[in-house]
Amino acid sequence: MEFGLTPDQSALREQVLRFARQEIVPRVREHDLASEFDFDSWRKLGEYGVLGLNIPEAYGGGGADVMTCVVVGEALGEAGVDGGLTLAYGAHSFLCADTIAAHGNEEQKALYLPRLATGEWIGCMGLTEPGAGSDAAALRLRAERVDGGWRLNGTKMFITNGPIADIAVIFARTDAEAAHAGISAFVVRKGTPGFSAGKNLHKLGVRTSLTSELVFDDCIIPEENLLGMEGMGFFVALQTLEWDRSALLAPAIGTTGFLIDRCCRYAGEREQFGRPIASFQAVRHKIADLKIFQEAARSLVYRIAWCKDQGQPMNHLEASVAKLFVGDASLQPTNDAVVLHGGYGYCAEYDVERVFRDLRIAAIGGGTSDIQKMIISRLMGEGV
Amino acid sequence: MKILVTAKRVTDPDAKIRVKPDGTGIETAGLEYKLNPFCENAIEAAVSMVEKHGGEAIAVTIGTADVEQNLRTALAMGCERAIRVEIADDQLDSDLTARILVKLFETEKPDLFLLGKQAVDGDSNQVAQLVAEMLDLPQACFASGIVIENGEAVVTREIDGGIETIAVKLPAVVSADLRLNTPRLPTLPNVLKAKRKPLQVLTPAALGVDTALKVATVAYEAPPQRKGGIKVKTVQELVEKLQNEAKAL
Ligand SMILES: Cc1cc2nc3c(=O)[nH]c(=O)nc-3n(C[C@H](O)[C@H](O)[C@H](O)COP(=O)(O)OP(=O)(O)OC[C@H]3O[C@@H](n4cnc5c(N)ncnc54)[C@H](O)[C@@H]3O)c2cc1C
Repeated sequence: MEFGLTPDQSALREQVLRFARQEIVPRVREHDLASEFDFDSWRKLGEYGVLGLNIPEAYGGGGADVMTCVVVGEALGEAGVDGGLTLAYGAHSFLCADTIAAHGNEEQKALYLPRLATGEWIGCMGLTEPGAGSDAAALRLRAERVDGGWRLNGTKMFITNGPIADIAVIFARTDAEAAHAGISAFVVRKGTPGFSAGKNLHKLGVRTSLTSELVFDDCIIPEENLLGMEGMGFFVALQTLEWDRSALLAPAIGTTGFLIDRCCRYAGEREQFGRPIASFQAVRHKIADLKIFQEAARSLVYRIAWCKDQGQPMNHLEASVAKLFVGDASLQPTNDAVVLHGGYGYCAEYDVERVFRDLRIAAIGGGTSDIQKMIISRLMGEGV
Repeated sequence: MKILVTAKRVTDPDAKIRVKPDGTGIETAGLEYKLNPFCENAIEAAVSMVEKHGGEAIAVTIGTADVEQNLRTALAMGCERAIRVEIADDQLDSDLTARILVKLFETEKPDLFLLGKQAVDGDSNQVAQLVAEMLDLPQACFASGIVIENGEAVVTREIDGGIETIAVKLPAVVSADLRLNTPRLPTLPNVLKAKRKPLQVLTPAALGVDTALKVATVAYEAPPQRKGGIKVKTVQELVEKLQNEAKAL
């Protein structure tokens, strides 16, 4: 078992750091403060090949394995790319595009993937509903068979990229009687009559990603928009959650490195009581705690990536542990990073408060920490 | 059009360089490395010429296996293949470097040999000139523009007082200046594809190159630390100090 990056992977990291610092990071703060999606950065991520990285080469993507995606995600975070943009990228590439790559038929893949790979089309994934979050299997958005297709009625909630998405992967109920087996996945195109997106919701963090409800009101979609087999939707959703708990977490590890860098620099420069605050043990320990969190989180995330690349499917226990750890264990050290900067830490100028806010989504999005614990204890089996 | 282009690895120009306490070299532990910026210009020029005129660009470097990471960058930028000649950086001088490159030129027989005008670590600025001399080829150094037409390279060079334009018959040796172009950032798919491009490893022995050096490094030392300034009280004192201490008057 290997723990370090290969020379190729560290070369890749270098390249991404350079790209992100040059092309993306200079606009981050402006867009975060305005809660705006950065279309320029999106286009650049597409041209550079980030958005299509995990998409097969045959459909215009990079054909990269999970570990490569993790290295790239980590480098984006380390360079200082905000959690909003990396979330928008994750929802697009892992939750939307990967679902189509894994479950779509030839026509669907040929139609959607090349445009998603370049970022020309923006993708989103809708599972959560106003009345079904933690208990996703209770979703009620209804898909009824009509002549030549399906009629959708219902609402999705908190959908990343919702307001700007060109295509949405939607989980809907096709059988009112069956619980888990009554759910199917569909692709819905922007502009389909009866389909509309709500306004962007103002959020604590990840502000440059846009989040909204999606409303389906007698929305008719053709037969060929069914993704995978009828009744298989819940299992399709489970696969996207696994990505959600691995490659989507990678930027958080990098972001912690970005915070460490900020903290070291500030602690070395800022003087109080006649010496740099870095000379105080309490301050040094805050930085050590960030490092400890980063190293532990990295091992967990790399492990899931490694399992997936080894062809071990459904690493749900490991994925839930990683997700929970990143969400919960990041709270104290990222708060300390803000405090280490004193009053400046509370202001936007040093970016540490933004990172603190952005990271709070990790304990909620894609399943709260309570739900992760529920999954972990359930998967541990009889002994618990 | 076939182009040979150099891709030398250098210590990160932004990193703090420390001299070993015994003065035999620089401390390499923890050092970061980059592709020489002037080589990046040369590679960009080579790759865009191939895009325009067809042919192939071959990236060459000299060094141990760890320089391959930087050679891969050249492949990611668009070179078709790469050659590395195995010899450690501290076993080289400009003369040996040039003699190795001459052998590569003779084996590959390119139409154009592009190099960075100098490497930002040693700053010798000799290799392109030496190569041209040894091969008895026309040279155009410090190029800020290159146009290929009718079997010639029309090269603009920044010289004191203006810009000089010269035409050299191909094959020729051209060294790149920073203003030649803006090197591209290779896209991720190209970075991934670069891993699969051919990279050939040769030894000086296989090329028939004698590795004896002409230049021996006697010692390295860090530049003297700058002393802080002082404030003088009178103009008299200032003049006195400028005359006797700074010897500026
Ligand atoms: C910024 C953002 C982006 C998002 N993006 C997407 C997206 O792109 N696509 C998508 O489908 N969804 C998305 N979501 C939705 C997200 O996955 C849900 O918000 C999350 O799963 C929680 O669901 P909920 O909001 O309904 O909370 P609820 O399920 O109502 O939970 C409320 C509280 O009850 C607790 N709780 C619930 N059940 C239990 C239990 N059995 N035991 C213990 N505690 C329990 C929860 O932990 C939580 O603390 C996003 C959310 C946010 C905030």
